[in-house]
Amino acid sequence: MPGCRLNDGMPEARDSALRHFGASGRYLFVHMQIPIHTETLANGLRVTYSEDHVAPLVAVNLWYHVGSANERAGRTGFAHLFEHMLFQGSANVQANEHFELVQRAGGTLNGSTWLDRTNYFETVPSNQLAIALWLEADRMGSLLPAMTQQKLDTQREVVKNERRWSVDNQPYGTWWEKLPALTYPSTHPYHHSLIGSMEHLSEASLEDVAEFFATWYTPDNAVLSIAGDFDPVEARALVQQYFGGIPRNPSPPSRPDFSVPPRFDRALREVVEDDVQLPRAIVAMRIPPSGSDAWYAASVAGAILGMRKGSRFFRRLVRELQVAADAGAYTFDLTKGADLLIVDATANGGVTADRLEQAVHDELDAFALDGVTDAELARALALIETDFVSSLQSAQDRADTLSKFATYFGDPSLVNEQPGRYRAVTAAQVTAFAREWCMASNRATLLYVPRIVAQENAE
Amino acid sequence: MTTVDMSVRPTPGAPRDYRFPAFESVTLSNGLRVVVAPVHKLPLVTVLALVDAGSVADPVGQEGVAQLTASLLTEGTGDLTGAQLAELVEVMGSSLDAGADWDSSVVKLTTLSSRLPEAIALLARVLTEPSLPDDEFQRLRTERLADLLQQRSEPRSLADEAFAQAIYAPGARYAMPDGGTERSVRALTLDQLRAFYDDRYSPRSTTVVLVGDVSLDAGVSLVSLVLGSWSGSLPAACAPPDTTSAAARGIRIVRKADAPQSELRVGHVGPPRLTDDYFPLVLCNAILGGLFSSRLNLNLREEHAYTYGAHSGVDWRRWAGPFSMDAAVQSDVSAKAVREILNEFDRIRAEPVTASELSLAISYLDGVFPIRFETTRAIASALASQAIYGLPADYYDSYRAKIRAVTADDILRVARTHLDPAQLQVVAVGDPDAIAEPLTQLGIGAVTIIDPVDTLGS
Repeated sequence: MPGCRLNDGMPEARDSALRHFGASGRYLFVHMQIPIHTETLANGLRVTYSEDHVAPLVAVNLWYHVGSANERAGRTGFAHLFEHMLFQGSANVQANEHFELVQRAGGTLNGSTWLDRTNYFETVPSNQLAIALWLEADRMGSLLPAMTQQKLDTQREVVKNERRWSVDNQPYGTWWEKLPALTYPSTHPYHHSLIGSMEHLSEASLEDVAEFFATWYTPDNAVLSIAGDFDPVEARALVQQYFGGIPRNPSPPSRPDFSVPPRFDRALREVVEDDVQLPRAIVAMRIPPSGSDAWYAASVAGAILGMRKGSRFFRRLVRELQVAADAGAYTFDLTKGADLLIVDATANGGVTADRLEQAVHDELDAFALDGVTDAELARALALIETDFVSSLQSAQDRADTLSKFATYFGDPSLVNEQPGRYRAVTAAQVTAFAREWCMASNRATLLYVPRIVAQENAE
Repeated sequence: MTTVDMSVRPTPGAPRDYRFPAFESVTLSNGLRVVVAPVHKLPLVTVLALVDAGSVADPVGQEGVAQLTASLLTEGTGDLTGAQLAELVEVMGSSLDAGADWDSSVVKLTTLSSRLPEAIALLARVLTEPSLPDDEFQRLRTERLADLLQQRSEPRSLADEAFAQAIYAPGARYAMPDGGTERSVRALTLDQLRAFYDDRYSPRSTTVVLVGDVSLDAGVSLVSLVLGSWSGSLPAACAPPDTTSAAARGIRIVRKADAPQSELRVGHVGPPRLTDDYFPLVLCNAILGGLFSSRLNLNLREEHAYTYGAHSGVDWRRWAGPFSMDAAVQSDVSAKAVREILNEFDRIRAEPVTASELSLAISYLDGVFPIRFETTRAIASALASQAIYGLPADYYDSYRAKIRAVTADDILRVARTHLDPAQLQVVAVGDPDAIAEPLTQLGIGAVTIIDPVDTLGS
């Protein structure tokens, strides 16, 4: 960032910046530093407040540190099914009233489930902060009285339809479960499907709901972030009133072992026949966990390989060779065990799967062999910087990022160190990353090829 | 501090005022309009250059020319190749993209404000002196054909395109994909793109919207500097497309063998964006299928669990775009789901919405208004709509009052005026073996089965 500085880490300084906020800087965030105030309630709930008054709205964002990785054997998809159940009411909220009350307040809301976390969030007009907090607290404190077999059966079918919609009836849709299955060992918590199998969804019971709730949905396993236009004294009082009485988990659960060898150590490959017209190659490299120094070099490598039209993959595969109609790269941002850096390319018309796959691997070979130039690094860092500033625009995006750093690293203020972490990456580090992590023996290839349908042959 | 009785629901405090960001419009001497909305929240600026050259302006037989022309703008200017241009833009951390929708072509720039002068100069060059090179034209045309090929296996795209074919008269522009069909795209030539550019791109048909960390004076000065010497006359007005409805009501199944779900579209030609009934229609749609708590979603998802989600909407265009009710439902309940969709369609025309439904929809659309405009891109898009459709200057300032003024009687009136059971067409992308018979038994129209290639081909 121009003029960006690392957070000095002194709580007093942060409070001071908070008090003078708006008076001293030209922009919403002085030096692109988000104001942060944190507290931990007696029951273990960690709360982050980030105050500004640019618009009369406030974002509430709650992360539970549980995801599909924490499902027991035979219950794939349960963490996500459970997320659906959280919109089915609680002791003081009727079924479907959660959505209605937030929308009646003029707010937006949703939830999402990931491998190792589940989040719930609302953005509401600032005078409606209390209703958002009350709704989140009521379901954290007293979900189970509202749970019924009929609600579970209905949401089970809704989720099965979500699976059909996003996986089974969607071209390449199975990649979501095939890639983790290929890249993590069968005993690893990331190996199994996040959306879950139809069979396991059918077997989920109300007892599972009660057990999962008691085990994972407790204040000591959650972080709450509030960002935007609020009065700090009032907000803290509301948080205390609504969440303060929820008991912590008397016996916190053990977490699974996420450790894996640092690399695959052999090329992995799976060919998938699918109802698609064009082949697609998805190649994943196992990389250090998100948040580590080495990960930032990997993240920059991803931008050099696949971010926008100036990236290597676009220049080479799309523009020059024209074997691909589209190409990109991204990381999964996993902080436990090991992360994945993924490149993907979809074939141009008339290009075979073999040719596409070869071109992708050739490009990765060149990357591993040659490393990167200063110009490539500069392009990647500039794009990442603009993306970071853009991401500060939305209060909900800020709240979600604060929850992420609080959940994974115990410190939401790490968000303010991100520009510095990226700026510290050198071309030599990215080159070293390419040599050590992008070689053929650390690649897993998922190759989608068109299934030839008989009736199309007949045409 | 103590805890509270959770059975007592909180009540809201007094709402804080909000105003849509202030903006000003200036017309340069060459006829180019500039709209600037200074928003100094973060050091970012979004620029949209809107040209009255949407897909609806595609000449007959050249469907797809507007989109390909726009895409080709960023593939070279002067002595810069597309690759060099991308490099120059991206090393500044900026993004420069171009595309077209039905109503306009647009070049979009997002940049840190410190880079605005250099970045907007590049935007001006691609807009006014694109090289439109043949090799990149060939590549982009091939990619568009790959995209169309791909869509043959994508239920959602197939459903949208088959629905457009079903509701509009055969051969109408709106009956075809905005990016063109396989036949029309294959036949496009570079000369046609160049002619389209020469005909439609002019300062007199262009509005440049700047939103973000830039003052009114600086914004106007910058645009004058880089686009003030662009010259051109006013292009001929675009002829309205044929928006006549297809003749007979019916059901079309787009064949997808063994599909576990049917992707449904039910509806007809809707009203144009500038209809006098816009606000009642927005409320009507919110209640019918626009909100999570809408009738369609509560019925098909939360009551019957037929689907992950059911929605309705009007695709607002300058001329009459589609109105559709959508859901992806498991195959074996396809006919039941269509029946429920039709029941909700009939019900919204039969009786007034309840006071509770109306107050929910109004308070949502009223309350969510500030939340819609947190980003420079969202504000710029809103100002772009204003420019494209010629909405009044106070449109956003009066938006919330107009939403609040809508009554249940208004909604019933517009539902009866604009929703017409006699015009309804049903499209299902799915497995004919599983769904053709039950859909026939609905008794709402003849069932025809078509292949994906006939939806996107010609």
